[in-house]
Amino acid sequence: MTATTTLPATEQTDALGIHQPRLPKWAPAGIALGAAAVGVGIGTVAGLSSRIQWGLIAALLFVLASYAISATVEGKRQAKDRFATSMVWVAFLLAVIPLASLIWETVSRGIKVLDAYFLTHSMSGVVTIQPGGGVYHAILGTLEQVGIATLISAPIGLLTAIYLVEYGKGKLAKAVTFFVDVMTGIPSIVAGLFILSLWIMMLGFSYSGLAGAMALSILMMPVVVRSTEEMLKLVPNELREASYALGVPKWKTIMKVVLPTSIGGITTGVMLAIARIAGESAPLLLLVFGNPVINGNPFDGAQAGLPLFIYEQWANGNEASYDRAWAAALVLIAFVMILNLVARGIARWKAPQHR
Amino acid sequence: MAKRIDIGSLSAYYGKFKAIEDISMTVEPKSVTAFIGPSGCGKSTFLRTLNRMHEVAAGAHVEGKVMLDDEDLYAPGVDPVAVRRTVGMVFQRPNPFPTMSIYDNVAAGLKLNGRYKKSELDAVVEKSLKGANLWNEVKDRLNRPGSGLSGGQQQRLCIARAIAVEPQVLLMDEPCSALDPISTIAIEDLIGELKKKYTIVIVTHNMQQAARVSDRTAFFNLAAVGQPGKLIEIDDTERIFSNPSVQATEDYVSGRFG
Amino acid sequence: MSTTTDTPVAPPPAPSESTSTGRVGDKVFSGLSRGAGILLLVIMAAIAVFLTVRAINAISENEGNFFTTFEWNANATPPSFGIAVLVFGTIVSSVIAMVIAVPVAVGIALFITHYAPRKLSGPIAYVIDLLAAVPSIVYGLWGALFLVPHLTGFYSWLNDYFGWTGFLEYQGGAPRSLMTVGILLAVMILPIITNVSREVFAQAPKMQEEAALALGATRWEVIRMAVIPFGRSGVISASMLGLGRALGETMAVATVLSPSAVLSAKILDPGGGTFAQNIASAFKEAGSFGRDALIASGLVLFVITLIVNGAARLIIARRKEYSGANA
Repeated sequence: MTATTTLPATEQTDALGIHQPRLPKWAPAGIALGAAAVGVGIGTVAGLSSRIQWGLIAALLFVLASYAISATVEGKRQAKDRFATSMVWVAFLLAVIPLASLIWETVSRGIKVLDAYFLTHSMSGVVTIQPGGGVYHAILGTLEQVGIATLISAPIGLLTAIYLVEYGKGKLAKAVTFFVDVMTGIPSIVAGLFILSLWIMMLGFSYSGLAGAMALSILMMPVVVRSTEEMLKLVPNELREASYALGVPKWKTIMKVVLPTSIGGITTGVMLAIARIAGESAPLLLLVFGNPVINGNPFDGAQAGLPLFIYEQWANGNEASYDRAWAAALVLIAFVMILNLVARGIARWKAPQHR
Repeated sequence: MAKRIDIGSLSAYYGKFKAIEDISMTVEPKSVTAFIGPSGCGKSTFLRTLNRMHEVAAGAHVEGKVMLDDEDLYAPGVDPVAVRRTVGMVFQRPNPFPTMSIYDNVAAGLKLNGRYKKSELDAVVEKSLKGANLWNEVKDRLNRPGSGLSGGQQQRLCIARAIAVEPQVLLMDEPCSALDPISTIAIEDLIGELKKKYTIVIVTHNMQQAARVSDRTAFFNLAAVGQPGKLIEIDDTERIFSNPSVQATEDYVSGRFG
Repeated sequence: MSTTTDTPVAPPPAPSESTSTGRVGDKVFSGLSRGAGILLLVIMAAIAVFLTVRAINAISENEGNFFTTFEWNANATPPSFGIAVLVFGTIVSSVIAMVIAVPVAVGIALFITHYAPRKLSGPIAYVIDLLAAVPSIVYGLWGALFLVPHLTGFYSWLNDYFGWTGFLEYQGGAPRSLMTVGILLAVMILPIITNVSREVFAQAPKMQEEAALALGATRWEVIRMAVIPFGRSGVISASMLGLGRALGETMAVATVLSPSAVLSAKILDPGGGTFAQNIASAFKEAGSFGRDALIASGLVLFVITLIVNGAARLIIARRKEYSGANA
């Protein structure tokens, strides 16, 4: 080994220009603390009532101070870098506050009246300004509406995706792809208006869970198509070819090879789509109409639904109703989140690379 | 311009994992030093410690000294960003900025460091592209995207981009491994010219290449997978390939490895 | 890679049958799936046709000008209604939402991909992903019962310092205004824009980031050179998707806004309306004709969202071509 290791003592000559004065590592945290303190100070002295102002002042101070301090100590490029870093942090905190508050408010206010009684009773005979009553009828309605919507849109969405991936070529497939995209962007209220004009105004049916479910299925279909398409595309072509090579016809290949391979991802997609439509309230307002008593028949007469229930309770405009609205919101969020978590769990569990 | 690099008992880690252990060597100025060794022996990691690119990975850190002439790159108060301007790097796969033109790619490093006049920039871009033997091929399409060039041209564009900021040292991490033989020869010729001005360190998997382009060669090896890589020996390239002092080196260069 | 175990079950067919298209099962199956695709097209066509027919019916009886009238008196005789206030309110509230949400969302996306400690970034991304699934009515409830009371002080403060601009003048009273709607919509679309932007930024090629680093770029310069140019079109299309959602949002707006037939540039003061909010608020009192009128306004909303979404798709498609050329 001929490596020579004669290392001279480090001198602070900076012939290369690689020494840059740097702020200590705790500087950003220190500036943040200082800015927060000054923000609170200004807020109390000036008597600003809203905490929002305090936060905005502190954020502004933080960004400006870190830029100024860095520019004097470290130079302009580093200051720009620090500026970007502090902006990114401020953006993050700015967003966390409302989103965290949303969750906090819903949970803390919702837990007040949320009990077994609330989950097992309807609003039948309850005077809105008094406490009591529950969401049983709304949960039942939502489950039925979402269930019917899934029964309509899952097969159609699945078949459409199979068409696009396995059969689709030419103009029809292109048109379908395009309009699936268009359909994804339909506002829920527009879907509601469509079913209103077709089902209720033209064909003369009454408000019902079914009508709401039809509008929901219009919103759900494109989501199912998109996610299923992605999953089917992930199935390697070698699998299909291996199956064809054994003489298995195409439809059997799809049923026995392609779908089983991607079933995990497809299930995830359908569940996420369910979670999305379960929270839609606008079509329910137009088509299901709302009903304080239990109507277990989704095919006849006005029903309730969780999102619609929240809206109605809010519209009542009194404390007892607000409590019920928050509790129902908590139930709805819990429902949607459980669907999401289970769907993601399935996706992870069934992910091809882990099998 | 060219500087000597003295590395003193340097170890590099990814989190708890020690990738290379206790490496000491000297890299001579205005010469080409090649790093060879089996996959996973830490030669690329070691290269990346020489311009403080190693620490970019999460949890990665370094112990030891890297002296560029008289200055320790890892001394407190040293700005890694400034180090990377002084020690340029060329990567395994050509990586021009796809949204920038050829001209802007070469000027990218300069533009970071402040405002230049258009004429100054023009001069540097031309000089760097000539330095990278690319000028004649691209002088008519400087405003076209750099991603439109062939692989070998893209790699030379990346070399031009690296030398445009006039670094002291040029690090090359398997610069030819993604290229065809003709482009490889073009790059090797270029390395031969660049060493007149720069200190060059090149990592290569190709032993013929090491023999062709380098003045000195360092052989790295690891005891087993999961063990840290170590420097086995460094010597004149001729000696390494004809009469190395360590048996493992001889086994490796003669293809009797493992 | 996993389910090939199913294939050997199929009996080996005679060679003459191996052309799969000739089979009955295949015909039925491909017919079914093609039928589903056609059904989707039929639904889309039906939406357009039904809304248009109803809208024409309503507009032909309209005494006011559909585009310039402020009031919405579709139940009056003769009916007089127009979408001027709704167009203004929808656009203003969505623009406010975009102005707030896009920079913040890009900031969070960069925070997750390039700034946050790695241990934090995964969970944060996951939580924001989940927040995108929170139903809009819950945002509406939160907006009406929490956000609105907390904005009064902030608006008076804005009035004190920026009241001279005119449009930030604030008279006091419950801030159930377009500005509040804009802020609430911003909070709502933030998770969506963040998610898409984060995915795009995370895909930015590491090679180019290393190239920028090796040239001596600071972290921000790396992002500017190698991440933002790569992610720009993705962020634009993410924003358009968010905009589409903001334009069509119904319940969150209906709970927060105190509507009126006023078209005023003072965005802090209550009043105004949006398409979706107007449909939700006016629906229960609307008679058969009133519903036609609401459907007419829904058609306009439909067309606007189609244009916005179409633009987003176009940008995504161009991006695909672009990245394909560089592959």
